[in-house]
Amino acid sequence: MDTQKLISSLFATSVLMTFTLSAPAMAEGVDAGSLIENTATATFEDGEGSRTVDSNTVTVQVDELLDVTVTTQDSGPLPSEPGQSVLTFEVTNQGNGPEEFTLTANPDVAGNDFDTTVTSIAVDTNGNGVYDEGVDAILTGPETTPTLVADEAITVFVIVEVPSGVSNDETSDVELLAEAVTGTGEPGTTFAGAGVDGGDAIVGTTGANGTATGSLLIGLTNVDLTKAVSLVDPFGGTSAVPGSVATFTITAEVLGTGSLDSLVISDGIPDDTTYVLGSLALDGAPLTDASGDDAGEASAATGIAVDIGTVNGGDTFAVTFDVTVN
Amino acid sequence: MSNFKHVLITVALAVSAALASPALAQEADPVSLSGDVKAVVNSVDDEGNSITQLVEPSTIVPGDRLVFGTDYSNTGEEPVKNFVVTNPLPGPVRLASDADADLTVSVDGGKTWGILAGLNVTLEDGTSRTAQHADVTHVRWILAEIAPGESGRLEYPAIIR
Repeated sequence: MDTQKLISSLFATSVLMTFTLSAPAMAEGVDAGSLIENTATATFEDGEGSRTVDSNTVTVQVDELLDVTVTTQDSGPLPSEPGQSVLTFEVTNQGNGPEEFTLTANPDVAGNDFDTTVTSIAVDTNGNGVYDEGVDAILTGPETTPTLVADEAITVFVIVEVPSGVSNDETSDVELLAEAVTGTGEPGTTFAGAGVDGGDAIVGTTGANGTATGSLLIGLTNVDLTKAVSLVDPFGGTSAVPGSVATFTITAEVLGTGSLDSLVISDGIPDDTTYVLGSLALDGAPLTDASGDDAGEASAATGIAVDIGTVNGGDTFAVTFDVTVN
Repeated sequence: MSNFKHVLITVALAVSAALASPALAQEADPVSLSGDVKAVVNSVDDEGNSITQLVEPSTIVPGDRLVFGTDYSNTGEEPVKNFVVTNPLPGPVRLASDADADLTVSVDGGKTWGILAGLNVTLEDGTSRTAQHADVTHVRWILAEIAPGESGRLEYPAIIR
């Protein structure tokens, strides 16, 4: 066989196959510090029979790639009001070796209607994805993640204080920056000897840093209550005479863009009237007078109360009850 | 192609023969085999031409391209025949997708051989699919004869997984 031809054909760049199947799993890349060892073995026949000879073994070590991404874990702008808000991010070591990342939260983002104050940065110590005060470790400066192995991700919370004086629908962005502790820079920047097992560390396509933006949306929420009464007297008219039935309608309109917890609408029974048993209703649906079995309760002594629970901006509720005039 | 298969069969016999009679008490090997590895660096010159250079690997990371080479030389007085060079791929690399399509490879640890396009991989569920470059476990070159004093070089390109 012609050796020269063989060698030249080895370099022919011909892609003969089009792969439609997915490639075997090898997403993350081999770990930094892995040794690549290559040895060729030749067998041949000379005049005395078959023989085998090994080449020397060439060894190279895989160096450490520094790459990181940051993503926001909030599905959209976080409904907020003056006070504490918690933005959630995920930091992922996209490199191939263990690495720590310094974290910097920037609340002063161009286009903000207002700026928050960063209180602290915490990591999701118990891994439940939700900030648990007193449980999730608050990082001290310089805020740095624990060591993340290749492909490991960690949830990071940025705890901010929303100032008073903000208005409805105002927004504010907060950026979280993560930077490889070993170093950052243009892709290809090399830190000699700074990688795993004395190998080099080299900046990957991310520049060894990543940012993501979380958003806050001010939703100041309050409830506007309107009370109306209609009278039906025993004679078919609308006079307030003994025996007339007065129907009270309390309309609750939730204003704003946020939400409120535990909205309870309550009212007393007016003097010189008697509550009509079983007349309490929410949005036309009857409620019992007893407490505990549904959202409503009513009695002559304590009046009526309807526990609506969590409500959102734009919701409207109507509570009705009847009394007779004594 | 038929010639190619013929050589392959002959080689298989040679391998088993080699295993059966270990090379003990023989003369100094008449063939020298010397391996090396180079990193492939692509760059663009001032005029916008892309340049590919083979350099000593310094900093290498997943995705980088390496070329493994083996220089051979018949240093003896006689021709050697059925010269077969077998090179297991190191685990951290896969065969580059632009490797010679006619290269003899194995995707099952050296049990069976052929060109990649003719090989299949059996999956855990019993089905099989066409073998891909990343499946290659070994590469092999077969030279019918090397004359005394003849030398050459064998190479394969690989990508760090």
